[in-house]
Amino acid sequence: MGVFALSFFAHAFETAWAVKVPAEGSNARTMDYTKADKAARIATALMLLGFILLLVGVIARGLSNGHVPWGNMYEFSITGALTFTGAYLVALRKYDLRWLGLFISLAVLLTLGTAITLLYRDSAPLVPALKSTWLVIHVIAAIISGGVFLLSNVIAGAYLYLDSRERAGGRPAWATRLPSLEVLDQLSYRLVAFVFPLWTFAVIAGAIWAESAWGRYWGWDPKETWAFITWVAYAAYLHARVTVGWKGRRAAWLCLFAGSTFLFNYVYVNVWGTGKHTYSGL
Amino acid sequence: MVSQMQTEVPEIGAGGLARFAWRQLTSMRTALILLMMLGLAAIPGSLLPQRPQNPMAVRQYFLDQPGVARWIDMAGGFDVYASSWFSAIYILLFISLIGCVLPRTFEHFKAMRALPPVTPKNLERLEAHSAFVGDGNDLERAEKWLRKNHFRLRIQDGSISAEKGYVRESGNLLFHLSLILILIGVSVGSLFGMKGSAIITTGERFINLATSYDSIDYGKLTNETSLNTFSIKLNKFVGTYDPITNIPLDYSAFVTTIDELGNKRDQVIKVNSPLTFGTSRVYLQANGYSPFVTVRDEIGNVTFQGAVPFLPQDTNLRSIGSIKVPEATPQLGFVSSFVPTYERDPQLGAISVYPLLLEPKLLFSIWEGDLGLDTGIPQSIYKIDTSSMTRIALDSLAPGKSYSFKGGSITFEKVEPWINLQIVRDPGKSYSLIGGILALLGLLASLFGRRRRIWIKVDASGRAEVAGLAKTNAAALEEEMVCFVSAIKGEK
Repeated sequence: MGVFALSFFAHAFETAWAVKVPAEGSNARTMDYTKADKAARIATALMLLGFILLLVGVIARGLSNGHVPWGNMYEFSITGALTFTGAYLVALRKYDLRWLGLFISLAVLLTLGTAITLLYRDSAPLVPALKSTWLVIHVIAAIISGGVFLLSNVIAGAYLYLDSRERAGGRPAWATRLPSLEVLDQLSYRLVAFVFPLWTFAVIAGAIWAESAWGRYWGWDPKETWAFITWVAYAAYLHARVTVGWKGRRAAWLCLFAGSTFLFNYVYVNVWGTGKHTYSGL
Repeated sequence: MVSQMQTEVPEIGAGGLARFAWRQLTSMRTALILLMMLGLAAIPGSLLPQRPQNPMAVRQYFLDQPGVARWIDMAGGFDVYASSWFSAIYILLFISLIGCVLPRTFEHFKAMRALPPVTPKNLERLEAHSAFVGDGNDLERAEKWLRKNHFRLRIQDGSISAEKGYVRESGNLLFHLSLILILIGVSVGSLFGMKGSAIITTGERFINLATSYDSIDYGKLTNETSLNTFSIKLNKFVGTYDPITNIPLDYSAFVTTIDELGNKRDQVIKVNSPLTFGTSRVYLQANGYSPFVTVRDEIGNVTFQGAVPFLPQDTNLRSIGSIKVPEATPQLGFVSSFVPTYERDPQLGAISVYPLLLEPKLLFSIWEGDLGLDTGIPQSIYKIDTSSMTRIALDSLAPGKSYSFKGGSITFEKVEPWINLQIVRDPGKSYSLIGGILALLGLLASLFGRRRRIWIKVDASGRAEVAGLAKTNAAALEEEMVCFVSAIKGEK
């Protein structure tokens, strides 16, 4: 219980941090360069701190549970927020994405807020069907894929917004420092190309687990169906880009569509679904 | 990824239409549209209840909205994944895929055996071009470096062409061929597989014969003669629950099995660890309680004796069931419920507060009359049609106790757990698994492989020129060229 309380404090602290970053970040947009850079650096440092705290929180939750913390939707949400932040921080090492910090922190804040207020459940042991090594393998692959898919979606969204603004005359003042449209376009594609095999792996791992737990590797359970739809949508996206040569707006819209099938799967099937992926208490 | 597939076929008059249709079907654009359609077509199946997964919900849908349900049913909406239109989409997609991938595979094999193209005249026009004055041994060093890095070479007089990265196309083809293998696995499974379930109470033996099953479905090309012989005797079933939240922690069924060769073994079935007999696997699917009762008539003759599986209604295993005694005159029916840990709720009546047998109780009302078993209409084993019966008594019993009523008595001897075994044979699943793994490997190779060509040319004056051509990721080629040039110049 002590460990668990620690985890809760970490989340509370995390939330406080997440509130702070947008404030810092939005400052950065309007200030002159030197100040903005400083603010952005503070924001990134805070983001890193938040990531570490969240990581500690997730690990604490796992210890308090006595199993990996992926048994219900609260735990998926906090882990998802963790990998989303992680994906952003990793991508940050290669590309200057700090302008995205505002959206990222807002999204993480919303996710954690929802997790703590609506989805919160006490630590609990796993039901027998979840007791399998595949829980770790299948879920971690799915959660990382989800984090990266969403990041690519945010970038595709930014692309569409900036593209329409540029067509209308020019970028708003705060967005002048953002990378060019081509870079955004490429980045969102690279993220998908990088994580699509992982998603494929998550689906295959899920099928192997389903075979040993439910007696069939594929049964068109709603979760499976939507995982398949997401897979097909991203496969279409990759084909459209690589072979047909789609770029820019059309590709960004397709990317957003594919990402929304993932989100739909997570929200709809978990909350209102009736399939075999629904375990007690969400 | 499947690109440049427009196989140029010269126009021939006869059969032109068929050729046209084939070319349309195997074009990239059609494949993409079919792929998107497949995704969209899968959606209704996740929103509407599906017959194979949830027949009860389909029945309920028919009761709630009979008009709409009839239309949906005609369109195959309650069994989307077996409907003709869903099949049409994926069959067309796979034909398109085969039409695309097979010719490409042959081309790729040819390309892999062929030498890289001859060095072009003007290297300046290509990417990552650079020139420097060499020392006469540049070609040797270049060849050494290229060989070390596994390039395919064409040595010419004064120049070398090198190519690398066929793995991209190989991976691409492997990925698409593996998808076909997965489809074959699925088809084999649905044609030659079988799936059934059976309830056995502790102490009972299940023998793998068609008559032992409560329900059984065969693939289209198989029947009961394909069942392999094995038997499973349930010795003990142990459910473990969290004492505070009542959440199940573990289910273990301790069984003695005899396989085809007659080997006798003690094994344990758990939720995530099924038993395997050849190509058949046996899963622990559900569990519940079977009260063991004896019913006697007025003079003490036994009219019914045995274990009756009851159907659990909630997580604390409050269960309902029926004890039918057609041998009695008049016929008797006990509309019953069973609770493993009895508690009285002011609103709900008898409830169970824990899933283990702490205070088991059998509650029943006794009905006399016609059970309706001879009407030929199939009946649920858990329910009694009391429309032509009258209720004569009402009581509850603890194990070991008896109750006497007008016309006989009932004894609740004991209660034992039952388990529901699901027996599945899927001979296609190993194909699907191999297909899945190969698809993943192919995907990785095709997404991260880079195909590129490098040329080096040294003219009579000793001036060396290098250049490259990358199909993807020009930046990585630039880096590689820097390494290449420094290797030629002899810088480590």
